[in-house]
Amino acid sequence: MAAKVNMTPNKTPMPTQEPALRARNFEEVAQGYTQEMALGEAARCLNCKAMPCVSGCPVNVHIPAFIARLREGDFEGAYQVIQQSSTLPAVCGRVCPQETQCEARCVRGKNGQPVGIGRLERFVADWHNAHAQLPCEKPVPNGHKVAVVGSGPSGLTCAGDLAKKGYAVTVFEALHTAGGVLVYGIPEFRLPKFIVQKEVDNLKALGVELRTNMVIGKTLTVDELLAQGYEAVFIGSGAGLPNFMNIPGEGLKGVYSANEFLTRSNLMKAYQEDPATPISKGGCVAVVGGGNVAMDAARTALRLGARKVYIVYRRSMEELPARQEEVEHAREEGIEFRLLTNPTEILGYFNPDDRRDERNGCVMGLKCQKMELGEPDERGRRRPVAIQGSDFILDVNTVIMAIGTSPNPLIKSTTQGLEVNRHGGIVVCEETGETSRKGVYAGGDAVTGAATVISAMGAGKLAAKSIDEALSR
Amino acid sequence: MYRIVNKKSLNSTVTLMDIEAPFVAAKAQPGQFIILRVDEEGERIPLTVAGYDRAAGTVRIIFQIVGATTAALNARNTGDCLQDFVGPLGKPTKLDGLKKVCIVGGGVGCAIALPIAQALHDAGCVVSGVIGFRNKDLVILENEFRTACNSLAVMTDDGSYGEKGNVCAPLQQLLDAGETFDEVITIGPLIMMKFVVETVRPTGMPCTVSMNPIMIDGTGMCGGCRLTLNRDGQRVMKFACVDGPDFNGYEIDFDEAASRGGMYRDFERHAYEKTCNLLNKEVR
Repeated sequence: MAAKVNMTPNKTPMPTQEPALRARNFEEVAQGYTQEMALGEAARCLNCKAMPCVSGCPVNVHIPAFIARLREGDFEGAYQVIQQSSTLPAVCGRVCPQETQCEARCVRGKNGQPVGIGRLERFVADWHNAHAQLPCEKPVPNGHKVAVVGSGPSGLTCAGDLAKKGYAVTVFEALHTAGGVLVYGIPEFRLPKFIVQKEVDNLKALGVELRTNMVIGKTLTVDELLAQGYEAVFIGSGAGLPNFMNIPGEGLKGVYSANEFLTRSNLMKAYQEDPATPISKGGCVAVVGGGNVAMDAARTALRLGARKVYIVYRRSMEELPARQEEVEHAREEGIEFRLLTNPTEILGYFNPDDRRDERNGCVMGLKCQKMELGEPDERGRRRPVAIQGSDFILDVNTVIMAIGTSPNPLIKSTTQGLEVNRHGGIVVCEETGETSRKGVYAGGDAVTGAATVISAMGAGKLAAKSIDEALSR
Repeated sequence: MYRIVNKKSLNSTVTLMDIEAPFVAAKAQPGQFIILRVDEEGERIPLTVAGYDRAAGTVRIIFQIVGATTAALNARNTGDCLQDFVGPLGKPTKLDGLKKVCIVGGGVGCAIALPIAQALHDAGCVVSGVIGFRNKDLVILENEFRTACNSLAVMTDDGSYGEKGNVCAPLQQLLDAGETFDEVITIGPLIMMKFVVETVRPTGMPCTVSMNPIMIDGTGMCGGCRLTLNRDGQRVMKFACVDGPDFNGYEIDFDEAASRGGMYRDFERHAYEKTCNLLNKEVR
C-alpha cells in the first residue's frame, strides 16, 4: 500500500503548557503528540532513498524505517528500530538539538519545515514506556567484565550496548542517583526524572550492576578497576568545575554557578515544597551566558518564584548558542534577554553601621557594560567590544554564572599515563575512543568539554563497539 | 546502605559514630572528608574523617548537632543505616617530612585535628597540641590528645576547665618562648582559624587551615565550595572539594568564607527547629 504523503509544509505543532501557567510549575513544557498527531506527522516523511537524516544523527538511528513502522501503527516495531541504534530514545526525543542534526538534513526542510523527527521519536519512546514490559530475558553472559565510570548519557549508552552483547557491566556513579547530567542538570520541566529512571531500570533488567557513591579517582582508581579484573574501563565522568568570570563580587551570597543552582533544584529537589536542601527563591535573577544551561537555569529560577529573570549575554542573538526552541520557550515565559551586555562586577550590600546585619555580603546588583560586535576572530565569530561609558546596573539579588566548565581533575590526576589536552580533556583515538592507556576508553564531556547528550551517547556507543572488538578478538 | 556500628555521645552536642563503609575505610587518610545523606529525602553534608579502621572497614565521624541534618543523624542508633556515604574526598593533609608541628584545634574541629596529631605522632614527629572549647562540658578527646601530643594546652573560654582564654594565648606563649615549628595546623571555627593565622603570621612559619564550606556534590562539579585566596596580589578562586580542604592559611579570605557560610542561615534555623519538633514528637 502506497500511503498518501501529508504535504502540509509545517510540522504538526507540539502541544505545550501555556507560558503563563508553565512559568510557575515544574511540569513538562512540551506535552507530546497524541496518536493522531503522530500519525499525521509521520505521513509527512517522504521515505526517500537517500535518507540524509540518518547521517545527521550522531548514532545513526534508522529514521525512515522507524517512521514507516509508526505510520503502519506498529509503535512497538518503531521503538525496536530506534532501539537498535539508541539506548535512550525517550531522552533524545526531548533534548536532542534535532534542528542542527537529523532534521537539518530532511528533504522536506528545503521547502517548508522538516519532519518533526524528534517529536516522533519521543512519541514512540513514550508509547513503549507506557505499554511495554521490562525485558525479562537477560543476554547470555560472554564471560567478560567491563567497568563504566559515570552514569550519564555516554556511560549509560556504553553500558547498555555492552550488556546486550553479554558483557558483565558495572557502572560506577559518584552521586547517590544514576543519570549524570540527566538528573542533576536538565530540569524536570524539560526531562521528567521518571523517564531517566525508566532507562536506568531497563539497563538493570539487562543485568547491568549499578554502584552509586563511588568516586573513581578517589574511592577506587582506574588502575584498581583494571587490577580487579575489569578487562576494559570506559570513562564517561562528564564535565567538571564551573567557570567563573573572575570579576569582583563572585564570592557574595547569592552568586551561583549554573551547576550548583541546577543541582540544588534538580538532584536535591529544592524545587519541591519544604525541601531539605536550600536554594534562593524569588527576587530578581541574572543568568550570565547564552547556552542551553543558561536557559535551564533562567527558567528554573522563574519557576522557583523569581519576579524577574534576565539572560545576560555579551554577543547578539545570532551568536547565542542555545537551541532556538529553548530560547523561544524562555521568551514566551517572560525571560528578558539583555544581549550585547557584559557583567563587570557583582555589587554587594554592606551596612557600615551594623556588621552583624544578615544582609551584609548579599548580592544587590550586577554592574554591566554594553558591547558591540567588532572584527571576526580566528573562528569567524565577531568579537564583542565594550562601549566606553555604557556602564549600567541591573537590579538583581541572585547571579547565576552559566559560562561553561573545565574538566574534572580527579581521574586525570590519579591515572598514570592518561593523556589530556591543553584544556584538560582526555585525549582519545577518534576511530575507537581509546585513550593513551590500553584498555581504557573515554567519551562525552570528559573528552570534548561541554557538549550535547546525543554526542556523548555517540561516544559511548563507539567505545562499546571498540571494547567489544578488542575483547572478542 | 551504610550501617552504624558504634555510636557514642562525647558531650551534649557532639556525637561519635563508626560507619560501615569498607571502600572509604580502605582509602581514607587524615584531613579527607566524606559526604553523607541520612535518608532518601535528605541533604548531602560533608564531614571530615575523624578516624578509620581499615581491618573492620569502618570510618569514624564526629559531628556537632547544629542543624536539621545533624539532628536527624544523631537520632539514628547503632544498627541503623545511613542512605549514602561517599568518599574519601579531598586531598589528605600533607604530613611527609614534618618533624615538629603545632596542632591547634577548636571545638568539634578537635575531632579532625586528632587523627592528624596521631599520624604525626606515629611518624615520630614532635607534636605540640593546643585545644580549646567554650566550657568544661564541651571538652572532647582530651585523653586521646594527651597520648598523641608531646605537650598539650587545654583552654576554655570561661575558664571552667584547663586555662581560661582562647587557643591563641598558649600558641603565642610557645612562639614568644622561641619555639619553631615546621608547620602550624589549625582546625576549628573560621574565626578561630583566622586568629591563629594572624598569631603565626609574624613568624612566617607555614600555617595550614582546614576549610569546611557549604558543599553539594563534593567531587568538583557544583562549585558551591569555592574560596577566594589572596595569592601574590591576585584573587584566586579554589574549590575546597578538590583543591582542599587544607589550604595555606595566609592566603584564605576568611571574611568572605564566613559570609558565604551564613548564606542559608534562616533556612537552616527553620529546618532545625522543624526537625527537632518532629524528633521530639517521635520520642513522646
